[in-house]
Amino acid sequence: MYDLSVITDAIHSFLSGFMPAWLTVTVECVLIGVGLLLAYSLLALFYIYYERKFCAAIQCRLGPNRVGPWGLLQSFADMFKILIKELISLNHVDKFLFALAPYLVILASMLAFAVLPWGNGLQIIDFNIGIFFLLAVSSIGVLGILLAGWSSNNKFTLIGAMRSGAQMVSYELSIGLSVITMVCFAGTMNVGEIVAEQQDCWFIFKGHVPAIIAFVIYMIAGTAETNRGPFDLPEAESELTAGYHTEYSGIHFGFFYLAEYLNLFIVAGVASLLFFGGWMPLHIPGWTAFNHIMDFIPSVVWFIGKAIALSGIIIWFKWTFPRLRIDQVLAMEWKYLLPIGLFNLVLMTCVIVFGWHF
Amino acid sequence: MIALDIFGISNNGLLAITAALTGIGLVALALWLAGLISPKSFNAQKGEAYECGIPTRGESMAQFKVGYYLFAILFLMFDVETVFLFPWAVRVREMGVGGLVSIAVFFGVLVLGLVYAWRKGALEWK
Repeated sequence: MYDLSVITDAIHSFLSGFMPAWLTVTVECVLIGVGLLLAYSLLALFYIYYERKFCAAIQCRLGPNRVGPWGLLQSFADMFKILIKELISLNHVDKFLFALAPYLVILASMLAFAVLPWGNGLQIIDFNIGIFFLLAVSSIGVLGILLAGWSSNNKFTLIGAMRSGAQMVSYELSIGLSVITMVCFAGTMNVGEIVAEQQDCWFIFKGHVPAIIAFVIYMIAGTAETNRGPFDLPEAESELTAGYHTEYSGIHFGFFYLAEYLNLFIVAGVASLLFFGGWMPLHIPGWTAFNHIMDFIPSVVWFIGKAIALSGIIIWFKWTFPRLRIDQVLAMEWKYLLPIGLFNLVLMTCVIVFGWHF
Repeated sequence: MIALDIFGISNNGLLAITAALTGIGLVALALWLAGLISPKSFNAQKGEAYECGIPTRGESMAQFKVGYYLFAILFLMFDVETVFLFPWAVRVREMGVGGLVSIAVFFGVLVLGLVYAWRKGALEWK
């Protein structure tokens, strides 16, 4: 298995060769920041292209195909277009909160983004309570959306923000419960250790029934958490124009768009971390030769590949199911997913305590 | 073989601050760039709320449906429960049957609360 910390260690020893320690740390932090920024924006651009091509395939269309080969440069063109749009200053909004909201939304997704295990030796924030930190920072995003809706002083945005707030906090419970189920199984909250636990076999195979139930709950709740798919009623175009970001223009709107796509990646990334081994290659106990071949595929490719495949499922939801009503959304969480999640946690405890797993 | 600590920085707080500053920097940078290259023109109509084309009647930051508030209270109950469950979840393997019994009692109380809210009709959208 390639260990990417060889690269970072080489940079570290090169830098510390001619710099004092404090300057080395500063330069490295700047390097990490630039890397994060690049990964964040390139992934967002890729996701916009990916979703458009995916939905085009589902609807028997071609999708973007004019800008660059196979339309690959389309999202770059879109980004440039959104940058040259005017930032309209409105005279009825709460100026400070209106400007603050995009910062909170991007901050939440950037912090969650930095916790993900990118590859062997390529994990940025590695708290011993990593998963808990991830849940905590990702709930800042709700605050940003509520602020955006409230400060816009518009009825559409207010209704959109309230719907979004109710939906996101409700489905956070189900996400939390399925994460706790897997933390029980792993016995640790540290992201690196959770990945290491899955070296012989991924959790979805190891934890059999409760892990599969937790995975299904996680995927449904994750779709709702990103305000997508059948749960996109906070920004239901036909009733609320654009929901909570109706009043935002130009790049201000772009931030919400960016964060939405990155949240899609983060939800899929956490699913791949908890159920499909993070960056860990597919290992089957006993198949030594097979495991060895799998080790040749770099860990970064494994992680990004899993995350993109899982987000493909979420995009598939979006273009398959009709939109739910707000009462249906809340009933689904509180009357179905939450009781099932609680039962599943007890089931997982039984599986662990009585040793019904491999 | 599991490598930790990117660049050998073991201070995770520093890395979290770096990530937070990167997020803030991304927004600030993009706003600055957009401010440089985007056109600016004034029109009194542009400052209006994006509603129906006519001026908004009444106050938009108004009182709102109480149904959302009920769900927020219920959420608080279960979210605090989640916080309590995390330390238990890490240790459950060592606690054995004791862990199972303690979580059964904890969930018994919790489910009682959910059933109460359900029977009272707090989960119905009216």
